[in-house]
Amino acid sequence: MSEPILEFEDVDITYRTTGDSDVHAVNSASFAIEEHDYFGLVGESGCGKSTLADSIVGGLDDNGEVTSGKIRYKGEEIQDYSESEFNKKIRWKEISVIPQSSMNSLDPVMKLSDQAIEMAKYHTDLTKAEAVDRLRELFDVVGISESRIHDYPHQFSGGMQQRTIIAFSLFLQPSLIIADEPTTALDVIMQDQILDYINDLKDDWDISMLMITHDISIVFENCDSMAVMHGGQMAETGRVVDLFDRPRHPYAILLQNAFPDVRFPDRELAVIDGHPPQLLDDPDYCTFADRCPWAVEDCRRGAPDPQEIEGDADHRAWCIRADEMEDLAADHLAPATGETSILEEDT
Amino acid sequence: MSNETPVLELRSLEKYFDTSSGLFDAVKNRILGDGPSYVRAVDGVNMKLEQNQVQGVIGESGCGKTTLLRTLIGLYNPTGGELLFHGRPVSEFDKDEWKEFRRHVQIIFQDPFNSLDPKFSVRRTLAEPLEIHNMEYDDERIAEMLESVGLTPPEKYLTRFPNQLSGGEKQRVAIARALITEPDIILADEPASMLDVSTQAEILNLLNKLTDEFGVSMVYISHDLSTVSYICDTINVMYLGRVVEEAPTRTLLAEPKHPYTKALIQSIPIPDPHYDRKRPDLDGEPGDPINMPEGCRFKNRCPKRMDICDRKPLDIALEGEDDHTVACHLYYDHDEVEGDQPEPTADPASSATSAGDAA
Repeated sequence: MSEPILEFEDVDITYRTTGDSDVHAVNSASFAIEEHDYFGLVGESGCGKSTLADSIVGGLDDNGEVTSGKIRYKGEEIQDYSESEFNKKIRWKEISVIPQSSMNSLDPVMKLSDQAIEMAKYHTDLTKAEAVDRLRELFDVVGISESRIHDYPHQFSGGMQQRTIIAFSLFLQPSLIIADEPTTALDVIMQDQILDYINDLKDDWDISMLMITHDISIVFENCDSMAVMHGGQMAETGRVVDLFDRPRHPYAILLQNAFPDVRFPDRELAVIDGHPPQLLDDPDYCTFADRCPWAVEDCRRGAPDPQEIEGDADHRAWCIRADEMEDLAADHLAPATGETSILEEDT
Repeated sequence: MSNETPVLELRSLEKYFDTSSGLFDAVKNRILGDGPSYVRAVDGVNMKLEQNQVQGVIGESGCGKTTLLRTLIGLYNPTGGELLFHGRPVSEFDKDEWKEFRRHVQIIFQDPFNSLDPKFSVRRTLAEPLEIHNMEYDDERIAEMLESVGLTPPEKYLTRFPNQLSGGEKQRVAIARALITEPDIILADEPASMLDVSTQAEILNLLNKLTDEFGVSMVYISHDLSTVSYICDTINVMYLGRVVEEAPTRTLLAEPKHPYTKALIQSIPIPDPHYDRKRPDLDGEPGDPINMPEGCRFKNRCPKRMDICDRKPLDIALEGEDDHTVACHLYYDHDEVEGDQPEPTADPASSATSAGDAA
């Protein structure tokens, strides 16, 4: 396989605080996004997934810092880039971001065409007319009428604003797009249309994507690979089908069971008790141990190392009992077997 | 059960909002001879909530589901139609009856982070509704309630303030606050949507358990069909102020009839990478609620549009299924049903009450 487009190797990210201890938001994160892959990153609020995304484009808050480990983009280490290096080499050109709330990420007092011109001014040699033309083409790509490029953001509905953001993210033809909860604020029908556009980009624009979401069903439907995070630690990474068929980290297993599936309204939803820890110390234990029904004493003795699952180097679980999970969690695995979907087209 | 009076009944309930603002618009309308233009947020909704039943209302943002909920609890006066509580129209309530009504109808809000008073301890949050309604209580009663919403041990929670609680715990306190006055009805406005998936499952399971345990009825509002299906017995699909389809949950999911319901169900992502979901062939977004099209409001997005859709579709019960109604021209024989009925929405029951109201 060719070199991954983005690679995390044992990355630690901490936030300095005015209190006694720093917040260790991300600890030994390791994963790789292959070229032309859509990669989903799931986890609950506060698990460190947005921090991780911010670190890729140098967007951490002032008190945040990558304290150890390496982030490689196309083979080059970028974790120590300065602000101007990020601006010159990475942002928009190579990696662009679709932020969480599109409603707040467009300048409300600037016409969309002017916003494109501004972006072109800082990052390209395009003239004003060329920038506007480029935006016109991109509006066509995301299905908004070209006549509306001189509108203000407030004249657009939420779904159209989100599509505008997608158009902007494509503006400098990046190789990687980071989409942070791209559809959370949208209704299901609009969400479905946006994801459809996002999916089309993969082949039309030859793009890789890091899609961050708490919605595991979106990842299962749209991504090729994925990672599950919990409490600042990686839980499991691998191909999407492997994580679905053979999840081996307790959190990944329970998370899948907690997710409602409209096909099976009678299925009992799994409940994950407790909360993730505060991460005020460097966690030298499994952060899921307190919530895990299968935790043993050893889980609290050290941060778990990744285990390859069934000899597959791409499918790894950060759990010391990963080998035993198939038996331990037998009740929670493969809940769908034996049930029939009640949806119309399936029967 | 079907013979009993429903706990809550809505008969072509309407809530319109006047969009004209200020003197200028009023004068302009007067000069031009226009009436004020209205947002018809809730436009002729019929619903019967039986004892111990959970009714779901789903729809996209702006379809009027929150307005409906606020009208149900009396925060808005309905513009038209009637709301009956245990068979009595609320428009005839006097002050004391309203107070009684508010004890029996409780609400759980979407956002647990803002719906609790930050300066109230959990004990005080739960005690206040009891004091307002002059109900006897002691710490034991509050502790019992905390236990039944899963906040154990209760002593640990009694003295806490909202900022010491997690999102899921806050929502549990909000649920306890709603249940402590022993209500007949709980109105829930997307109570799980702001929470993480694992907590969301907790709250859904809890609501499921409590509605059985306390024998309350519930109206549950959400835009997320997959969570609604876990908790509701019946689902109403709302589109731009009207209910377009109503059916028991399983029937609605398995045999959706209205093109909008079908699209909604097809849009839900399925957490299974092996499943090949057929995406709906539906474009655009709900139209403008001020200048709504005549006839069927969904017609401009509908893949099955016909000429007749310019007329308002009737709510028709499907043959052989009394509990499955759909408002779509595809599903009835127009000559047979309409005959000489001029006013399509009114069923005999509702015309009877509107006569009663006038008197």
